Amino acid sequence: MKQILLTAGVLAVAALFAGVLVQSAPEPESGEVVLADRAAVIAQSCAACHGTEGRLVTAIPPIAGRPEAVLHAQLVAFKKDQMPGATVMPRLAKGFTDEELAALARYFSELPPE
Amino acid sequence: MKAIPGISRREALRLLGVVGAGSLLGAALPLKARSLGSARVVVVGGGFGGATAAKYLKRFAPSLDVTLVEPQRRFYTCPFTNLYLGGLRDFESLGHDYRQLTDHYGVTVVHERAEAVDTERKEIRLSGGAALSWDRLVLSPGIDFRWGELEGYDEAAAVKAPHAWKAGPQTMLLRRQLEAMPDGGTFILVAPDNPFRCPPGPYERVSMIAHYLRTEKPRSKILLLDAKDSFSKQGLFMEGWKENYGDLIEWVPRSSDGRVLRVDAGRLEVETEFGEIHRADVLNVVPPQKAGFIAERAGVADETGWVPVNPKTFESTRVPGIYVIGDATQAAPMPKSGFVANTQAKITARAIAADLAGKAPPDPKWANTCYSLIAPGWGITVAGVYDVHDGNLREVPDSGGVSPLGADRSFRAREATYAEAWYAGIAHDTWGTRPGA
Ligand SMILES: Cc1cc2nc3c(=O)[nH]c(=O)nc-3n(C[C@H](O)[C@H](O)[C@H](O)COP(=O)(O)OP(=O)(O)OC[C@H]3O[C@@H](n4cnc5c(N)ncnc54)[C@H](O)[C@@H]3O)c2cc1C
Repeated sequence: MKQILLTAGVLAVAALFAGVLVQSAPEPESGEVVLADRAAVIAQSCAACHGTEGRLVTAIPPIAGRPEAVLHAQLVAFKKDQMPGATVMPRLAKGFTDEELAALARYFSELPPE
Repeated sequence: MKAIPGISRREALRLLGVVGAGSLLGAALPLKARSLGSARVVVVGGGFGGATAAKYLKRFAPSLDVTLVEPQRRFYTCPFTNLYLGGLRDFESLGHDYRQLTDHYGVTVVHERAEAVDTERKEIRLSGGAALSWDRLVLSPGIDFRWGELEGYDEAAAVKAPHAWKAGPQTMLLRRQLEAMPDGGTFILVAPDNPFRCPPGPYERVSMIAHYLRTEKPRSKILLLDAKDSFSKQGLFMEGWKENYGDLIEWVPRSSDGRVLRVDAGRLEVETEFGEIHRADVLNVVPPQKAGFIAERAGVADETGWVPVNPKTFESTRVPGIYVIGDATQAAPMPKSGFVANTQAKITARAIAADLAGKAPPDPKWANTCYSLIAPGWGITVAGVYDVHDGNLREVPDSGGVSPLGADRSFRAREATYAEAWYAGIAHDTWGTRPGA
């Protein structure tokens, strides 16, 4: 299991990098970055069924670490009522914009699987 | 500082809002991180809202000092107590402890009751006499009952006519009474007016008790006396009752004199609005409710007995720095469900972490799914997604809703299977319980 160690040193290094990147990148808070950050917030709702970080293996499938394209295609299919056998997911997927669904797919694809 | 296992460094930074999609932000990080590090958050209540809030505060901001105050060492969930009453689940399987929160996430857990809140000094007083100070306070105390508001129904009456609306001895008492009831007896459930904990709860309860009686005491009868004229997932419940139990369950809406005004627990009798007296062999009264008492003592509840909150963060509109989540809040159109308490907790944990880091709270979105089991292999759901629109909570248009009426048996069976999986999922997310552990 990976660990984090938020020591002052790590923070200082992170800040250094941030400084460098902020200088070279004209618009750090691009819409894409804000959306990714937001996805990390709204994605936490999914954990109430899929387990923390979407990793729990039950009759409800785990979603962490699955390919982004697959997750995205499934979410879009749910939203468009094109997923045979679906139960509650179409009703939930309709509550999110297309951009949010894409950001959610990316978020979970980047998490390590169980 | 402590290492938090189970979270990749990248994810922690990202959750903190430091890392976006592959980019680094926040030039002023070291200063903000220091103020975050010294901050103390106290969470009152280790149920669905509080346990989740404590865990996610540590996930979002590992350097925070997070203390969870909860008198019970083992928490028993209301969700699935109806399955226990129906004989489908043993009671111990509904219990969860706090070891994962302490050992894995670094939450300090204090098994005491919060008795008072001093908002000037930012301190809470515990039942043991000690005080805890806080920079931010989170309250998720669930509900308390308005004893006596329903004439004749107080704490003493509940020993004879249980509410079983908090999981524990009351739930087991109701089960024992059902086991002792003669075949041919009458079970009466008295359902309250809105708002109350778990809108589909009374209807799932009579379903599960119908399952038990149909199997064990087939000559018995169920009467559901309701203070309302409509209820959650009504069409689906009615359909499922007819299919599974014929006319075993009789629902009496308010307009047909279903509203109970007086309870005589000694005689197991109730009297309705128009003076009809019903006698039960087992009487289950779900009384009127309000936010857990600590909300009133903290000055965050209003005259309704519930807590008004800022919709974006769930910070109290009355006392800054106190955040309230779960059943205690006025959060309509969100229902008072464990799922909602869990999702509110995460959005609020994130808002608190952002606030302590000097950042704006995120634009929130909350989801909910309430599963109900009508019979073994027969599940139904209501789902919703919520956001803030023009400063108010609302359900996102054209989303959410209930399972389709008239769906085939395999659809109902899938939702029953997913209900069990949901329970495992939310127990994992809230207390870190592993299925089968
Ligand atoms: C029969 C029934 C079935 C249900 N089924 C479902 C379901 O299937 N799905 C679903 O999502 N929801 C369901 N619910 C609803 C769910 O139980 C609640 O919505 C949920 O518990 C709310 O979470 P909470 O954190 O607000 O309160 P709780 O989970 O009740 O937690 C409150 C905690 O705070 C503690 N506390 C209170 N006051 C203090 C104090 N002063 N100091 C310290 N600690 C304190 C209490 O001991 C308790 O542990 C059901 C409810 C019932 C009654």
